[in-house]
Amino acid sequence: MDNIFSIWPWYVTGPLIGLFVPLILIAGNKLFGISSSLLHICSIVLGKGKLRGYNSDNHKWKLYFVIGISIGAFISVNFLTTGKVKFLPEFYYSLNGFILLFTGGVLIGFGTRYANGCTSGHSISGISTFQLSGIIATLAFFTGGLLYTYIIYPMFN
Amino acid sequence: MKLFNSTIFGILFGIILTKAEVISWFRINNMFHFTEAHMYLIIGSAIITGAISYVIIKKFSVKSIDKQEIVIEKKELNKGTVIGGILFGIGWAITGACPGPIFAQIGAGEYPALITFAGALVGAYLYSISKSKLPD
Repeated sequence: MDNIFSIWPWYVTGPLIGLFVPLILIAGNKLFGISSSLLHICSIVLGKGKLRGYNSDNHKWKLYFVIGISIGAFISVNFLTTGKVKFLPEFYYSLNGFILLFTGGVLIGFGTRYANGCTSGHSISGISTFQLSGIIATLAFFTGGLLYTYIIYPMFN
Repeated sequence: MKLFNSTIFGILFGIILTKAEVISWFRINNMFHFTEAHMYLIIGSAIITGAISYVIIKKFSVKSIDKQEIVIEKKELNKGTVIGGILFGIGWAITGACPGPIFAQIGAGEYPALITFAGALVGAYLYSISKSKLPD
């Protein structure tokens, strides 16, 4: 318990994250995934019925879930952590950093909707329910990440 | 799902993500540089735990809380899985966040993540207006 204020080890957090698959299946009969909430928030921003072919009624819980994530992170850094932890490099606190983050955000929003899932929906829920699409999607995520790390980033720096 | 429960689950998830530091750009960077096993161990053990739970649910025909049979959404495999997946991967490496961690970074006080969030909404919108023209 004396370690609760430092980083929690992978063998605690990994299984806890995995337990959200049965939790959401049992509590909501839904396959756990987060990226679909982005589309739901879009539909709220645009106004009901403006996003073609999107029915927002079944997705309200996702909004509450992601608001919960923000609250949880706030609790974590303010009450469950001693000292200050940085999650983003200093560079992102600059105009060029903002432009890069916005670009990355667009790729996340577009990419996860086109792929129909993200790390939670495909890599964790998809693979743990033995779906081929989860494995292919995860390989694609890593291909993209490695492409940026080893080719795109070095080209500009 | 009850909205109250959903909020509580979200709070727990946010605490876990943050204490695991999977919302950290530095951890994501180390993952793509293969300099530490942290992220791989977390994702790997999460999948194994999820898979064991899924097998138990199937084997014992566990019902949902409202006594319905549990139905697993089949995720289609198509060109979007690959193309969209690669695009998302690039965004993940840039921002150090996948969709859940965007909200966690904001809550943790890394306010540039609000810009990531704005970008992600624009991206999701761009997808929804262009999906009929994309290869599937």
